[in-house]
Amino acid sequence: MDLRLAPHAVAMSSSEFLSWSGEVMDQLMRYSGVKKAVDKLTAPIWSWAIRNATVPLHFGIACCALEMAAASGPRFDAERLGMIYRSSPRQTEVLLVNGWVTAKLRPDLRRLYEQMAEPRWVVAMGECAISGGPWYDSHNTVQGVDTFIPVDVYIPGCPPRPEAMIDGFMKLHKKINKEMKGTFLQD
Amino acid sequence: MERIGLAPGGKTGEVLAQEIVQRFPQDVTVTKATHNRLYAKVDKAALVGLCTYMRDSLDFEHVTSVGGVDWLEEKKMQVVYHITSYANKVTAELVVDLPRDTPEVDSITFLWGGANWHERETWDMFGIVFVGHPKLERLLNPDGTEVFPFRKDFVSGRRV
Amino acid sequence: MAEMWLNMGPQHPMTHGLWNLRVKVDGETMTEAEPVIGYLHRGWEKITESRKYPQIIPMADRLCYGASMSWSHLYCLTIEDLMEVEVPDRAKWIRTIVLEAQRIGSHLMWLAALGTDLGSYTVFLYPVRERELFLDLMQNLCGARMTYNYPRIGGVRNDVPANFERDFTRVLNHFEKRLSDYEALCDQSTIFRMRMEDVGYLSAEKAKNLGVTGPNLRGSGVDYDVRRDDPYEMYDQVDWKVCVEKTCDAYARYRVKMDEMRESCNIIRQCIKKMKPGAIRVKPPRTAPKGKTGWAHVEDPRGEGFMYVIGNGDDRPYRLKVRSPIFVTVSAAPEMLVGYKVADVPAIMGSVDMCLGETDR
Repeated sequence: MDLRLAPHAVAMSSSEFLSWSGEVMDQLMRYSGVKKAVDKLTAPIWSWAIRNATVPLHFGIACCALEMAAASGPRFDAERLGMIYRSSPRQTEVLLVNGWVTAKLRPDLRRLYEQMAEPRWVVAMGECAISGGPWYDSHNTVQGVDTFIPVDVYIPGCPPRPEAMIDGFMKLHKKINKEMKGTFLQD
Repeated sequence: MERIGLAPGGKTGEVLAQEIVQRFPQDVTVTKATHNRLYAKVDKAALVGLCTYMRDSLDFEHVTSVGGVDWLEEKKMQVVYHITSYANKVTAELVVDLPRDTPEVDSITFLWGGANWHERETWDMFGIVFVGHPKLERLLNPDGTEVFPFRKDFVSGRRV
Repeated sequence: MAEMWLNMGPQHPMTHGLWNLRVKVDGETMTEAEPVIGYLHRGWEKITESRKYPQIIPMADRLCYGASMSWSHLYCLTIEDLMEVEVPDRAKWIRTIVLEAQRIGSHLMWLAALGTDLGSYTVFLYPVRERELFLDLMQNLCGARMTYNYPRIGGVRNDVPANFERDFTRVLNHFEKRLSDYEALCDQSTIFRMRMEDVGYLSAEKAKNLGVTGPNLRGSGVDYDVRRDDPYEMYDQVDWKVCVEKTCDAYARYRVKMDEMRESCNIIRQCIKKMKPGAIRVKPPRTAPKGKTGWAHVEDPRGEGFMYVIGNGDDRPYRLKVRSPIFVTVSAAPEMLVGYKVADVPAIMGSVDMCLGETDR
């Protein structure tokens, strides 16, 4: 808090004054504990909102994609838990990788990941996305999607049942809940 | 064995084998012929002539498969064609041997469009050149791949 | 107007799989099309050269995961041709039943994907619900929902469970009523018919020459079905008809598949009646001589599937070549697409029933 500059406030230009007073208010909020209190009140609400809308990308690669589609069917109904698929990566929060990744796909998948806005998570579904699966010794597949994208939840299975996929998303909800990030005055 | 739905005038595999051997006595050796199967070894130079004859006169309308085989020790490559006749309900297997250091054979894409991607994939995986093919480019492997992955001297298990 | 190339893929809301369809558009009309595949290529045929013959059965399941029983069965037929193994009758009956049930499941998944492509969520939800019933039957039989690992070289893995007949008959009775509902839902919808009729025209001559097979070929009026014309398993002992349509458009291909689902129900009922007790498996030889070849072709739900194998003298294949029906149909896609609007692409490619797993292998 640079309050020593206060007497000179009348001599500042408008942009200087704005930036100085903004800094003063920012530091006041942080050091007096107001930010902490607001965060403590709002973080549970934000966390509830975010985790009930873990919108995945409309991206089916291989066999696990059929189980992903079955999970949206009437028997398993993943949509009641917030998994509504969107086609554009900019509108999604979760990148669900459900199949083997080949050398041809790798740069495109990385670009999709980078196009997603924060907060974003990556779920590796099925053995192929976790480690290369049955094709671990192929010349063209990548041994696990976590070699080039950071993964948050791994769902094992070949293919995992739709209930297992939904369980994986529930674990993602728990992970989001644990982060409990408040968003008053960016960190 | 009764063959349901056979058109009148439909010929069995044995009859077709006879007609082919009559027409191409030196270049084609029929190893086996049953009522619905025909297995032959064909000389590389006679391939297009035989295929044209099969398509135009013997009613072979459909290419089921064109695949390559790499015989590393015998220093040869093979292209195996499976061509089906809907009218006669017979599938013919034609095997063509090629030298391994210059594997080249005439393309049959101009006869049957169905052979187009099969030949392109065989080139992509083995490096067998199909002379006269409209677009011999990488199909399944990423563009810019420098090796032919299905050859026996390429060891897979390389980490990408 | 200037022409430009559009990339539809590899990430796109069309539900067929991972490929890139590049179309050259003049305004909204497509003048050229070029499919780009290879995003799912794992070198399947090369991997099989380092696996033993029985280990390849679950790998064959994952070739086309929408119809996985059909592919592992095709692989077993090929190896049985190579090793000259005679499969017992009861195993053939069970295989026929299971293959037709898989055909229904695959066609239902196709219908669900077609619905999503056309933007109708209803036509997605209903077939997925019925498909779950068939997956339950498969689960009772072999324990898995999708990639079954059930056929074996020389027969099948296990005999049918208790109440097999009762469960199948219940599901088929229920399904045939529902199938009439879904046909009515689509056929009486003006929007569906408008989008599917007169698009994606593929003449019979072109279809035969370009190697298109299966329901796509029969939708163009060509009367050829491997099950009838080169019979395998018990198809020649069952009374059924081949479904052919003459109009050569996307609607004809849709109609062929709907009729095929009914015929499959018919075949399964007859097989259940004709099945007799007996052995379900014989022990095949472990190795095949070097240079000996074998091949088999079947009527996969998507077309003519074919595999060719060369033995290696030990218990692994020297070369295993796979012919996937959709590989060839995708190469014929430009023929079906040129001249139509960009918005017709989901309808046309949806009627073709693509599965990229078998295309790229």
